[in-house]
Amino acid sequence: MNKVYGSATEALDGIMRDGMLIAAGGFGLCGIPELLLNAIKDAGSKDLTFASNNAGVDDFGIGILLQTRQVKKMISSYVGENAEFMRQYLSGELELEFTPQGTLAERMRSAGCGIPGFYTKTGVGTVIAEGKEHKDFNGETYILEEGIFADLAIIKAWKADATGNLVFRKTARNFNPPAAMCGKICVVEVEEIVPTGSLDPDSIHLPGIYVNRIVQGEHEKRIEQRTVRTA
Amino acid sequence: MAWDRNQMAARAAQELQNGWYVNLGIGIPTLVSNYIPEGIEVTLQSENGMLGMGPFPTEDAIDADLINAGKQTITELPQTAYFDSAQSFGMIRGGKIAMAILGAMEVAENGDLANWMIPGKLVKGMGGAMDLVAGVGRVVVVMDHTNKHGDSKVLKDCTLPLTGKSVVDRIITNLGVLDVVEGGLKIVECADGVTEDELRAATQAKIV
Repeated sequence: MNKVYGSATEALDGIMRDGMLIAAGGFGLCGIPELLLNAIKDAGSKDLTFASNNAGVDDFGIGILLQTRQVKKMISSYVGENAEFMRQYLSGELELEFTPQGTLAERMRSAGCGIPGFYTKTGVGTVIAEGKEHKDFNGETYILEEGIFADLAIIKAWKADATGNLVFRKTARNFNPPAAMCGKICVVEVEEIVPTGSLDPDSIHLPGIYVNRIVQGEHEKRIEQRTVRTA
Repeated sequence: MAWDRNQMAARAAQELQNGWYVNLGIGIPTLVSNYIPEGIEVTLQSENGMLGMGPFPTEDAIDADLINAGKQTITELPQTAYFDSAQSFGMIRGGKIAMAILGAMEVAENGDLANWMIPGKLVKGMGGAMDLVAGVGRVVVVMDHTNKHGDSKVLKDCTLPLTGKSVVDRIITNLGVLDVVEGGLKIVECADGVTEDELRAATQAKIV
């Protein structure tokens, strides 16, 4: 079965629906599926919910879908760098579910593993715990958090083979594997598609079973905080 | 007289123990890496998926795929390992990280910590702070003892929404070092040129 598509738009063909829940990889602007986000903008799908650690910046990442009012809700841990996000949130146009970063990652991972909920100490005694089931284990209190079962996962990897085996690069891995795992369908964009058999089977970060469609393209890979030392 | 930012960071670096895996927060905690004592080897974790975080890069070594949790470009070290966010917080939640050094807006005498939101002001999110304080072995807070109005940030009870309940072990401020103990806070030491009376006067929390 062919998983390789010619463009991000073709890779999303027949998948996009209004109101869908999309898990997106990336941390800040690092390792985000920038080509697929552009293709979702072009597709024009509306009322989307994104489970994504961040919301991009005004003109890059999920930020471009905020400008076109395609996003109804964000499930995120940190949304600090986006002025349009704040405007829509404060005016009530955009819903926001704050989730601690590790809880967000585990909500994706666990759903991908068929685990609909898990107990964690994170957030006990804070507003995050309000309305959630509390349970004691070995004298400590935990709260129940629920898995995120996404309709679609969009992720970014460094290299793929044609079967969807993926290799990520440095800290651009971040939320991409857990996001991939929790999607009913997973579409990945990569910098390079390599011949099947050329990746070391012992060094594959995410096996192709999690990947339905692959697209290769040029990435801008914008840097959010360019910080240097003097040599 | 009191400690400046760098002196606070240098004092916080004295908390590091050989062989520890440590997470440093944004702000003054980041400066701690400049003061790691001679003979102490620690591995810095960046919660976006890296152990063995190196210094900022030179201009020619900038890599968009290599950033820290503050989204700043960084470098790797010979012992560096990368992993995904679920595993990163697995090691945090699982207690594998010995210590986190974090900034704070308020700390209470029972170890409650508030450092993620001010009601009525723009809310950016908690990021990984709630996971860190709930999961790591030891939580050390580094912050100014008072706010810009001169009000104590070391309180009987936090007024701001909490990041974690009874999670702080030690507080390092510009005025000194306090430990969270049974019944309140215990003065560990005063900053250079600060008397115990001055430290007490700047502290709303109960000192035992």
